[in-house]
Amino acid sequence: MTAVTDRQKLSYIASQAADARVNVELETEGMTLNIGPQHPATHGTLRIVAQLDGEQVIRAEPMAGYMHRGYEKLSEVRTYPQITTLVNRIDWLGSFANEVPFILAAEHLMEVEAPPRATWIRTLLFEMSRVAHMILFLGDMGVQLGAVTPVFFAFRDREFVLDQIEKATGGRFHPNFDRIGGLKDDLPKGWIESTKDSMQTVLTFCDQIEDLLLGSEIFQSRTRGIGVIPKDVAMQYGLSGANARGSGIDWDLRRDNPVGLAYPDLDWKVWTHPDGDSFSRFWVRLQETREAVKMIEQLCDGMPSGPIMAKVPRIIKVPAGEAYVATENPLGEMGYYLVSQGGLTPFRLKIRSASFNNVSIAPWLLRGVYVPDIITILGSLYFILGDIDR
Amino acid sequence: MGLGLVESGKMPKPLTKLLNTARSYSVWMYQWGLACCAIEMASAMGSPRYDIMRLGVIPLPASPRQSDLLVVSGTVTDKMAPAIRRLWEQMPDPKYVISMGSCANCGGPYWDSYSVTKGVDQIIPVDVYVPGCPPRPEALLEGVVLLQERIKHENPAERWTGEPIVVQ
Repeated sequence: MTAVTDRQKLSYIASQAADARVNVELETEGMTLNIGPQHPATHGTLRIVAQLDGEQVIRAEPMAGYMHRGYEKLSEVRTYPQITTLVNRIDWLGSFANEVPFILAAEHLMEVEAPPRATWIRTLLFEMSRVAHMILFLGDMGVQLGAVTPVFFAFRDREFVLDQIEKATGGRFHPNFDRIGGLKDDLPKGWIESTKDSMQTVLTFCDQIEDLLLGSEIFQSRTRGIGVIPKDVAMQYGLSGANARGSGIDWDLRRDNPVGLAYPDLDWKVWTHPDGDSFSRFWVRLQETREAVKMIEQLCDGMPSGPIMAKVPRIIKVPAGEAYVATENPLGEMGYYLVSQGGLTPFRLKIRSASFNNVSIAPWLLRGVYVPDIITILGSLYFILGDIDR
Repeated sequence: MGLGLVESGKMPKPLTKLLNTARSYSVWMYQWGLACCAIEMASAMGSPRYDIMRLGVIPLPASPRQSDLLVVSGTVTDKMAPAIRRLWEQMPDPKYVISMGSCANCGGPYWDSYSVTKGVDQIIPVDVYVPGCPPRPEALLEGVVLLQERIKHENPAERWTGEPIVVQ
C-alpha cells in the first residue's frame, strides 16, 4: 500500500465537497416505475418494478408469473405423446427444440434408439427452429433501440424458414413432429433443395443486419459497455446459451454433451466474446445464426437414408426410472428431469428452462443503469415469457 | 358530426352508412400479445406478406384510450385477467374485442390447468373468435374482415348507448 500524501487527502476532500454541492443542487426524488405486465419491449408479459433515482435505477425487480400455465402439473395427467403438444408451447419461438430433450429422456428410459435418419432430421429441424428464433432476435434488437426497419426485415425473411418447417411438419409454429423412437413422417420430396435456397435468404439477412445495426455508431454506443456481465457472475447466476458465451464462457451443450443428436458429425465452431456486454451477446447470436446455417447445409448434404421410426409399442409405457436430458436450445440449456413409475403418464416432470436463469440476473444487472438501457439490456438478454413461467 | 344526433338514435340512414364505413376502415387496434399467438399477430402486423394495415387497421396505438379494437392473443392467466379487464374498461365506446387463438377462446391445451382462465369471454365480451393454436396470420385478417362487416351493419345508437353486443 502506498502512502497517501496530505496534498492527495486534501484534494480528495475538496472533490467530495464539490460533488456534494452538485448533488444538493440537483437533488432528485425517488420514484417507482412500473413496466408491464404487458409492454412491447418485454417480449410478453414480464413486469418490471424499477425504483428510480432521477434517471438511474436503484433497484429493479422482475415479476414473473403472468404466464404461468402449470406445465409440470399438467404433464402428470397427460400421456407421453400428448406431452409433446404441451412442451412445444414453452418457448414458442423455438418449438421443435423443446420437444427433442423430452423425447430423448423418454427414449433413454425406454432404451429405444432413433434410427440415424431420424436423428439427422431432428438435428436439422432443431437448427431451423434456432434460425427462426434468432432472426426475430436480430430484428427485435433494433426495435429496443428505436430502429424499426430491422424487425420488418426479420418478419419478411423468417417466413421463408417457417415455410420450410411447415412443409416438412405441417405446423408453422408448433410442429409436434417428434415421436418416441423417431419422427412422424419423412421429409417431403424436393424439401432439401428448397431449404438450401431459404438458407441463402437467411445469410443475406444476416449481412443486412450487420450493415444496418452492427456497424452503426448509435447501436455501438447504446450497447458497448452496457449491461456488462463478468464471467464469474455469469457462472454464479447459472446463465447458459448465448448469454454465457457472450461473457466468454466457452460452453455449448451441442459440443460438450451432444446426446442423441448429430452434432459430432458436423464441422462447426462455438463462438464466444470476452466483453460480456449487450453488444457481445448480440454479436454471438449473429455468429450463431450463421453457424446454424452452415450446419443445416451440411445436414442437407449428408442426410443418411433408411427408416425414420424405430420399433416401439403402440401404447407407450415408460419403464420406472429417472432421466435428465438437456440440450442447447436457442435460449440456452433446456432440460427435462423425467421421473417415471411405469405408467402411461410421467410421475413427475421437472422442466429446467433457460430463460428463468437468464432473467434472474436482471436485479443484479439493472442496478445503476439508466432507464433507456433497461430495455436494451433486457432485449439483449433475450428471454421468452413462456420459458420463464412455464 | 353531432354526437347528440347519434346518441338520440335519430341518425338518418345515409349518414349512418357513411359513419359506419368510415369507422370500419379506421380501426385502431390495441394488441394484447400474451403468448405464441402474439408472434403470429406480430407477423400479421409486421410481415410484408400479410400486412394488416392494408385492411385499414392501425396497430400500436400509444394507449388503450385511443383504440377501438382489442385483440387478446394468447393464454389469459388468472393473474393477468384483472389487467385485461382494467384496460378494456379504459377504452372508449364503441369498442370491439377479437379473441385470437384457442387459449383466449376457451383455454385451449390448458383446459384443465389450475392457473389459466378458460376463455377471455369470462371477463370481457368478445365480438369475433379466431380459432387455431396458434391461428395463422391469415386467420386474424379474416377475423378483422368479419369484424368490419359487423361494424358496417351496426346501429350506432344502440351500440353507443346500450350494453355491448354479446356474440352468441
